[in-house]
Order: sequence, then structure tokens, then C-alpha cells
Amino acid sequence: MIDTDTILEMTHINISFSGVHILKDADLVLKRGQVNILLGENGAGKSTLMKVLTGAYHKDSGEIRINGEPVTINNAADAEKNGISMIYQEFNLIPNLSVAENIFLGKELVGFGGKVDFEGMNREAQKILDRLHVAISPKTKVGKLGVAQQQMVEIAKALSVDAKIVIMDEPTSALTDEEIENLFAIVNEMKTHGVSIIYISHRLEEFKYVGDYVTTMRDGSTVGLTPIAEASHDRLVQLMVGREIKNQFPHVEQELGSELLRVSHLSNAHVHDVSLTVHAGEIVGIAGLMGAGRTEIARAIYGIDPIDEGEIFVAGKKVKVASPADAIAHHVGFVTENRRDEGLIMTLDINQNITLPALRAIQKNRLALSMQKERQVGAKFMHDLDIKAVNGRQKAGTLSGGNQQKVVIAKWLEAQPQILMMDEPTRGIDVGAKYEIYTIMNELKKHGVGILMISSELPEVIGMSDRILTMREGQLTGELDRGEATQEKIMTLATSEVE
Amino acid sequence: MESTQVKTPQRESVWRRLVSNNNFGVSIALIILLVAMAAFAPNFTTLNNIFNVLLQIAQVGTIAVGMTYVILTAGIDLSVGSIVAFDGLAMAMMMKTGVPVVLAILAGLVIGGAIGGLNGFLVAKLNLQPFVATLGTMTMFRGLAYTISGGQPVYTLPAAFDYLGGSIGVIPIPAILMVIVFIIGAYTLKYTKFGRHIYAIGGNAEASKLSGIKVKRNTAMVYIISGLCCAIAAVILTARLDSAVPTAADGIELDVIAAVAIGGTDMQGGKGAIFGTIIGALIMGVIANGLNLLDVAQGPQRFVKGVIIILAVVLQVIRNRK
Ligand SMILES: Nc1ncnc2c1ncn2[C@@H]1O[C@H](COP(=O)(O)OP(=O)(O)OP(=O)(O)O)[C@@H](O)[C@H]1O
Ligand SMILES: [Mg+2]
Repeated sequence: MIDTDTILEMTHINISFSGVHILKDADLVLKRGQVNILLGENGAGKSTLMKVLTGAYHKDSGEIRINGEPVTINNAADAEKNGISMIYQEFNLIPNLSVAENIFLGKELVGFGGKVDFEGMNREAQKILDRLHVAISPKTKVGKLGVAQQQMVEIAKALSVDAKIVIMDEPTSALTDEEIENLFAIVNEMKTHGVSIIYISHRLEEFKYVGDYVTTMRDGSTVGLTPIAEASHDRLVQLMVGREIKNQFPHVEQELGSELLRVSHLSNAHVHDVSLTVHAGEIVGIAGLMGAGRTEIARAIYGIDPIDEGEIFVAGKKVKVASPADAIAHHVGFVTENRRDEGLIMTLDINQNITLPALRAIQKNRLALSMQKERQVGAKFMHDLDIKAVNGRQKAGTLSGGNQQKVVIAKWLEAQPQILMMDEPTRGIDVGAKYEIYTIMNELKKHGVGILMISSELPEVIGMSDRILTMREGQLTGELDRGEATQEKIMTLATSEVE
Repeated sequence: MESTQVKTPQRESVWRRLVSNNNFGVSIALIILLVAMAAFAPNFTTLNNIFNVLLQIAQVGTIAVGMTYVILTAGIDLSVGSIVAFDGLAMAMMMKTGVPVVLAILAGLVIGGAIGGLNGFLVAKLNLQPFVATLGTMTMFRGLAYTISGGQPVYTLPAAFDYLGGSIGVIPIPAILMVIVFIIGAYTLKYTKFGRHIYAIGGNAEASKLSGIKVKRNTAMVYIISGLCCAIAAVILTARLDSAVPTAADGIELDVIAAVAIGGTDMQGGKGAIFGTIIGALIMGVIANGLNLLDVAQGPQRFVKGVIIILAVVLQVIRNRK
């Protein structure tokens, strides 16, 4: 039998950042060998509460007890001493080190004479990666990996220590179903070994597979503790946002306009012979497994990765796109999947990030920008997308993950592209805000924008796309119309051989 | 209740904005320093002396504006002293051969910009590390300065040129030039698209590129600006001394970088402002001036300067922690 006594108790945790009260008497209880799902809107304080537990943030008041004993956790070393390990939402990886070096960072294996044992580290790293069923070489530099792969490395890193409490902050937000299943298998295996897990996610449908009970947070406080058996989708949404969301995917039918984007026989180092079209008022979804080359198609179209062969037509005219600046000049926008490295300038504030690709729009005269216009643009999007922050002058780096994602989206809405490519557009966004973003996508459709959406969430692809393309190993493997698409059909196409 | 609080962007209190302003710490430091010097250093508060401080920091202050741009992109420009020396000599030699003053100054600006352009080319186009690239050009142009002058000073320049080193009433013209550079530099950085792009590139070059910013071109541009600031500093120095020497402004890059660092600009790029740099330059100038008035020798003066630099950076680290 699994022992269900309490391993961790956090009570009345308070914390403020530059005068803003963020955690207000937050509580959390974790039972040994169980999974406590932590749920809450973007900016509710989930990550902050967990960073208090790992010593990354210092609480103003409150108590942490482990096995009934009060403990002080001031830094990562204290956390480790107490058997706590965390998978961070915004990864803590060093891009120019290898996968193995990242996994063993700070606890490198040392051989004879203090020499770092790289071979041993690679071997051990390989074992962990095998456990996760990920095909990444331990020697690859982390900077070369996509977001999903980096996520797996971050997970591997947390698993490499023998932790008693493991915190997983949105580990599945960039993963496809297959990797998620592998992760869940490991979570369940860890549980049988008595490891206790705090699991943060916005993907409500996965809770029943991993969770034992759900702790809900709202505005910095804990508002509910629900056993998984009673945690229906509607109940959770109600608890979290305080209202109901009826239709999760508000797709609208609409006449297609003219062809906006045509890619013909495009090939480069990552993709092979890709041809596709996007029309005005159409959402084209691309589905596929991790590493299938979905992001790489968008990168090629956007002028980041060079093209070896093939042509791109925008609104019927053949174009040459050698850089993102060229793409933007042709009214193509790109919401990248990796908001930290590619989407945001963390040292700039919300307003400055949103106006960045289209500074021309806030020009006061030929010389100067209008600070007033900038504030107005920022305020508008903070309202429309419900971006949770002190004000528009808050630095992007201090926003919660979901709110950062909203800023990335706002930035591309402000740029008003004709063709918008969105790579994992709702990564890390809560159910309420997702609905808002889908509504905005519909709004864009109405205005004749063509959207190319890449997503690992099949329900999202099926729910919002007018047409779905599937991909595998750098090639398109099939096309499904909205009416005929099911999860099974997509998965069959995404895993089928290409002739 | 909670959600309405979120939606309307709140106004921060004036006090909080002041305290959380990046320059709050250094500004206070400068004020304390001014009060201390006024109390202890004889003649510190005379009008003459105050303008004297401005005159003394005119060169470092002018170059520091360009350096702030460079450092904001996470770069560095070690070649500034060599550009000043080479450019000063070039202008002086032109004037000696009869080139009109105005033309010589224009040519000096072009030369400064061109050397900056070379730095920009090496860094942005060839992807050399700024430290190494500008270490190279620093050595090259110091060498060229010796070569074109044959190691000899060039002196007795036209009166119209020397006028720029003089003063209007009590106000030294170099100080006026510096203030103009400050104003243009600060305005451009804060209020123009170009300035915003500089901050973006320093904060995250990859994300900037994906936002459509021409990263290479803008990066090259900051080195050109640095070169132009050096050209103006060369005019100031040469006019003040009525001569150009190949050893001019040797080691000035360290004082310039110190002013920028004390002013709170992050060496890793993306964070900082010209206002901080002005304060930084003033702090350095006031210390040097005050300690001179107090008859403190060069050795201890340097030591104190070093302590101030470290204190400034410690202050920054503490600020960044929360
Ligand atoms: N260092 C900081 N400075 C200022 N505000 C901060 C800081 N860190 C967090 N916050 C604020 O605290 C709030 C809670 O953030 P947190 O990251 O805990 O949210 P979250 O529940 O994890 O949300 P998400 O689902 O979007 O990840 C946010 O409004 C954020 O802006
Ligand atoms: Mg979070």
C-alpha cells in the first residue's frame, strides 16, 4: 500500500515584489507518494509558490514543514538537502553546454585527479534519456535543440537527482502525446517508489492520468483542494476562473478568400519537398511528433533558416525572404514557440515588447516615438488579452509564463501581418485565456488574415483548424479537411511512412 | 474585485518611481559627494571651479556617450583613445598644410566615423568579439598615430580652431560641446526607433532579429557613433592643448568605461541610459577635482577611483537581485 502521510506542508506563505503583494497566505499540502496538481490562472502565483519552495525566492512570511519539521530553504543547496528538485517552466539550461553537461551541472562526475569524467556523464545521461524514450544524443549542445527537446532535457535533469519531492512546472506544455505518455509512465513509477510530486499544468484533460488531487490557486491564495475523482473539467474551470467556459474551441465557418501564401517544393537541411497553401480567412494546422520539422517549415518561410530549393509566393507574387525583416516587409508574422530565447526581450517592458516589430506605428514624427501612443497600445493589449501585471512598465522577464506568452501574441497582433504563423500559440496559457486567443484568431480570420498554426495539442489543432497538414521526418504526410479530422487519423498520418 | 485591479494599469507613486529608478543610487552618491567636497575641499564651490570640473570631464564624457551605445549592445570599444590620438593628429596635420579649419573638422568627423565603421564591420559582419576586434584597432591606430607624426607633436594651430578649446565668458566651449553630445545622445537613445533597437539587441539579439530588427546594421552603427564621439573629443583635446600628440588620450578607454559602469549601464547589454553615464562622468570628475584641491597625490586618487567603480558595480548587483 502507498503510504499517504503528509510529507510537505506550506502554510500562510506571503511574498511581495517591489511592493506588490503576490502570494497571499498561500497554503499547500503534499502527501507522500502522491501527485498534487497545482492549478490556477496565468499569474495566480503557482510558479512563485514553487520558487519559494526551492529557495529561488525568499518568502516574507509563512512556514514550510517537511515530514512535520519546520525547514529553512534559502537557496538551491538547501532545497537539494531537503530532497526537493524542480523542473522549471522557463528552462534553466545553458545553451552552449552539452545535454549531459547540463544534466550534471553542479554535480559533475569527477574521475582521477579531479578531472571531469565526460564519458561517464554521457553514459549516465544516456540512461536517463533512454528511460524517457527520447532520441537525443547526450553530446548535443542544448542550444541546438527545439523547445520540446529542451523540455525533455530539463525533465532528465530533475530525474538525475534522487529527489523525494519533485516539482514539475508545466512539463507538458510543449510536448506531443507520445512524450507525455512516457512522462506519465515515469511519474507513476516514481510514485510507487514513494516520490511525491507537485504538478503544474493548464492541460486539464491530462489530470486524471497523473493526479491524485488538485489544489487550486486564485490571485495568490489557495482556494480549493479537490480529490481527482471529483475534479471534472467544468468544476476545475469554475474553481479557477470563477465562471464557466461553454465552448472550448469557438471555431467559425467562413468563406475562404484568395491565396495568401504558397510554398512550393521547399527543401533545406531540415525539411524536404514541402508544398502548402494558406488562404485569407483560413487557419491551417500542422500536426506531427516532436522533431517532425513543423517549426522548421515556419523558420524557412520566415527567412531564419536558408532555403536550398523551392519557392515562396505571397499573395500570388514570388518573393525572396532572406531574413525575418524581409518576411515582415511581406506582411508575414511569426509567433515563435520559444518565448524566452526568440519571442521576448526580457530586459524591455511589456509596452516596449509589444511595439517592437512595428515601431513605425507609434512614431510621433519622423524622428521620435510617441511614448503616449506606446502606453496606449500596451494598455489596449493588456486589457484585450487580460495580461496580468502591475502596469505596462513591468519588465517581461518578471511576468508569469502564461502572461509572457500573451505578450508575444500581442506583439504580433500589433504588427498586423497578413499571414501569421503561430508555433504553439497557447503554450502555457490557461483555459480562460486560451478561449480569448481563439476568439482573436477568429477575429483575424474575419479580417482576411491567413494563419498557419503549429500545435502539439491535437484537440486544439482539430478544434481550430480549417484544414490540417500532418508531418513526419521533415515531410508532409497528409492533409485532412476539418470535417474528417480525428485524433486517430492525424496520428496515423503523423507516424506513417513517406514513400 | 481582483480582476478589475488587474485590468486598469495602476500609476505608481512618484516616490516609488524615483526609488526604483535605475539612477537613484548613483544620483544620491553624486549629491553626497558634492556636499562632502563643498564642505571640505577649499574653493570647490566657486563658479570657476565648477566649470573647471566640466572642462576636465569634457573628453571622457563625450566619448562615454558613444561607449554607452556600444556597451548597451553588449559590446565594448577599446580603440577610443587611439581614435582620438590618430584623428587629432590627422586634423592638426591637415590644418598645418593649409586645409581650412571647418573642412579639417569635417574630415576629422569622417575619419572618426570611418574607424568606427571598421570596428563595426569587424564585430557585426565578421562576428569578431568586440573586445578582441577593438583591441586590434586600438593597437593599429596608436601605431598609425606614431607613424604619421613621426613621433613628434604637431603644434601652433589656427586661432579659429583653438577657439573651440577656449570659453565663452566663464563657460568652456568643450563643456558646451559635451552637453550637446549628451543631449543628442540621450534623446536618440530614449525617443527614437534606433535607440529602442539598441536596447532590444542588447537584451536579446536573436529575438530582436526575429522581430525584424536589422541587428548587424544597428550593431555596426553603434561603433560608428562611438567613432564620431571620439572625433569630437579629438577636436576638444587638440584645441585645448593647441597641439596634437601621438600619446594623446592614452588609456582613456578605462576612464570612459568606468564612467559608463558607475552610471549603471549593464556590461552584459540591454540595460542603462545616457543619464547614468553623465552622473558617472560627473562622479569621476568631482572626485578627481576635489582630491586635487585637497592636495591628495595621484596614487591615492587612483585607488579611490577604483573603490568607487567597485562600489558602483556592487550597487548594481544588489539592485538586480530583487
Ligand atoms: N520577480 C518578480 N517581480 C515582479 N513581479 C513578479 C516577479 N515574479 C513574479 N511576479 C508576478 O507574480 C505573479 C505570479 O506569477 P507566477 O509566475 O507565480 O504565476 P503562475 O501562476 O505560475 O502563472 P502561469 O500559469 O502563467 O505560469 C505574476 O503577476 C507576476 O507578474
Ligand atoms: Mg508559472
